[in-house]
Amino acid sequence: MTNVIACIDGSASAPAVCDYAAWASLSLQAPLTFLHVLDQRQYPVAANLSGNIGLGSREHLLDELASLDEQRSKLALEQGRIMLANAKERAIGNGVTSPESKQRHGELLESLQALEDEIRLLVIGRQGESSCSLSQHVGSQLESVIRIMHRPVLVTPTAFKEPKSAMVAFDGSTTTRKGVEMLAFSPLLRGLPVHIVMVGPENEESVSQLGWAQKALLDSGFTAHAAIRSGEVEPTLHAYQNEHAIDLLVMGAYGHSRIRQFLVGSTTTSMLRSTTSPLLLLR
Amino acid sequence: MLQTIKQNWLTNIRGDILAGLVVALALIPEAIAFSIIAGVDPKVGLYASFCIAVVIAFVGGRPGMISAATGAMALLMVTLVKNHGLEYLLAATLLCGVLQIFAGYLKLGSLMRFVSRSVVTGFVNALAILIFMAQLPELTNVTWHVYAMTAAGLGIIYLFPYLPKIGKLIPSPLVCIIVLTAVAIAVGLDIRTVGDMGQLPDTLPVFLWPDVPLTFETLVIIFPYSAALAVVGLLESMMTATIVDDLTDTPSNKNRECKGQGVANIASGLIGGMAGCAMIGQSIINVKSGGRTRLSSLAAGVFLLLMVVFLGDWLKQIPMAALVAVMIMVAIGTFSWDSLRNLKKHPLSTNIVMVVTVVVVVATHNLAYGVLAGVLLAAMFFANKVGHYMDIVSSLDEAGEHRSYTVIGQVFFSSADKFIAAFDFKEAVDKVTIDLSRAHFWDITAVAALDKVVIKFRREGTEVEVLGLNEASATIVDRFGVHDKPDAIDQLMGH
Repeated sequence: MTNVIACIDGSASAPAVCDYAAWASLSLQAPLTFLHVLDQRQYPVAANLSGNIGLGSREHLLDELASLDEQRSKLALEQGRIMLANAKERAIGNGVTSPESKQRHGELLESLQALEDEIRLLVIGRQGESSCSLSQHVGSQLESVIRIMHRPVLVTPTAFKEPKSAMVAFDGSTTTRKGVEMLAFSPLLRGLPVHIVMVGPENEESVSQLGWAQKALLDSGFTAHAAIRSGEVEPTLHAYQNEHAIDLLVMGAYGHSRIRQFLVGSTTTSMLRSTTSPLLLLR
Repeated sequence: MLQTIKQNWLTNIRGDILAGLVVALALIPEAIAFSIIAGVDPKVGLYASFCIAVVIAFVGGRPGMISAATGAMALLMVTLVKNHGLEYLLAATLLCGVLQIFAGYLKLGSLMRFVSRSVVTGFVNALAILIFMAQLPELTNVTWHVYAMTAAGLGIIYLFPYLPKIGKLIPSPLVCIIVLTAVAIAVGLDIRTVGDMGQLPDTLPVFLWPDVPLTFETLVIIFPYSAALAVVGLLESMMTATIVDDLTDTPSNKNRECKGQGVANIASGLIGGMAGCAMIGQSIINVKSGGRTRLSSLAAGVFLLLMVVFLGDWLKQIPMAALVAVMIMVAIGTFSWDSLRNLKKHPLSTNIVMVVTVVVVVATHNLAYGVLAGVLLAAMFFANKVGHYMDIVSSLDEAGEHRSYTVIGQVFFSSADKFIAAFDFKEAVDKVTIDLSRAHFWDITAVAALDKVVIKFRREGTEVEVLGLNEASATIVDRFGVHDKPDAIDQLMGH
């Protein structure tokens, strides 16, 4: 639980991921590691539809497939090294002293699981290499990554803008209360004004919960504002965000089960889809 | 979970559908041919192939592997069908499925580690030979037209892919079947066609319970067949899974595959299909055609059924010669060509294991016997080899009254005689020390041999002292494992 790990690939998000990771690494004073995962299964499959097999077909096929994979892997390895080197250079330019890099074979999910013990904060782009450029589109692996991680995840947009203020989406649930506690003890957002926003009816209970959250942050030396708004969760949050020019969103991720998500949808997923600012998801 | 479903089914849609189509085209002649081997109507094999391919797509443990009615299984059913009829075959298929599910729960898939490489090669070669031999009835006592047709078919299969552009887009076995069927109809040749071999499916399969009395006698009849089918089916499936693992560089779940084969066979038995298992040739064709995920197997099954049900009238017209050509291709493609070239390179014991496996299978028409013979032989060769890893050195003290023997290496049934022979009982000394601290006693035979040595020395009036017996005999305990204790590896290797 020591490093900021940033996932780098050839997508357009990579520079922003790199910048946000550098920012997080400097704020947390934690070492920065760039990770590039080589997933063979993302390679296209070669097909020969002739449908016949002859003497030594099996051996030939094995040789053929192995050498194809070999060439692709070598290329991908080389490409990955260049990407990692660029990322490191960029991070050094941003003031990080000695960023490291890691390259792993396998799937993104299993690689992250293997590294989980080292991760203090995971930085990942909203869209990966294979995603098309539709702005509403979220990377195909992002949701699974967030679900399996037990560490905070910073999901970045395609352009970097240094966070000057942050907003915590608060609903009084255990997940978000824990999130507020985490923030209070973490140096990540230290010095930034933090807005705690609740969406829902204003009543005694919500006011007291909000008061608790504000006090927790104030006690740790944050400048904390609190607000309760009514309306639909997502548009209300976005409206508040625009109103106060907030450029970092903090929320608890996937507090509910898969089944509930299937039936009523998930706030996390729709926020991921609609946001243009970085999203810090606390598990 | 959604992510896994996506990865298992939807990562390679185009490749899987096309590969499924190619595989389905090759499955049809195979299913018909294997039904004929088993002595049942082609529809039994075709329904089985459809059902097994579809069911295994969902429940199997090796995505991208093709399972259907196979020759190895068909050969085991011949006498059952001949003596008792189709209904008993269906009952045997159900029981076979149940046994395979048990095997899956007992994790018998891991027993495959006792099957050495040479046995696998022997199995594959024997399978190829059996598939080829099964075609011979179609090639004996026939007119020259059949030979000409078969040769032309093989020519098309192997030469068509060399045509520019279309060669790699249209499966050559399909071209072979279409061309030969067209020629046979156009010329009006009087040769055997698929329609002559029995009933083809004309409807979608329906559920039916085997019409056998549920008595102990029935069980006695079908059990030996079911057991053989279960064993051979799992053997071929596990071997094919390993081949697909290697080809695609991805892991598989062998125990899930065992259970999956069982479920697929039960499903097949319930819609009037015969038992089947994974197919080496078809799985290679699938991977070659670009099939990788579960979708490829599902697509193969569905295309097979659609083609069979809706093109049934055309299917009847296919001359057997065309099927024979396709099956010869399958036999050639299954045979391990490298194994012949490696005969010179590999040690004699390995070659003997391989050849014995082949010979036993071809003689008995039962792949299980061949594998059993191969595994036993391989184990014997191994025991023999490891038995050489024992040495006994001795020294005499200056007075000539005390001899010390030091035993190094592995003492077990295979090296026990050598162990006894290494002691000189005729030498007249007062005292003998046997130092066992660098030896391993693997079984009771080794302990008995030591007792014998001690008694022999005592009878000569020699005093015997045995050192390090505890360390040496730690390995007798059945569950002796290096993993238990951290320093065990040093003990095993070092002392």
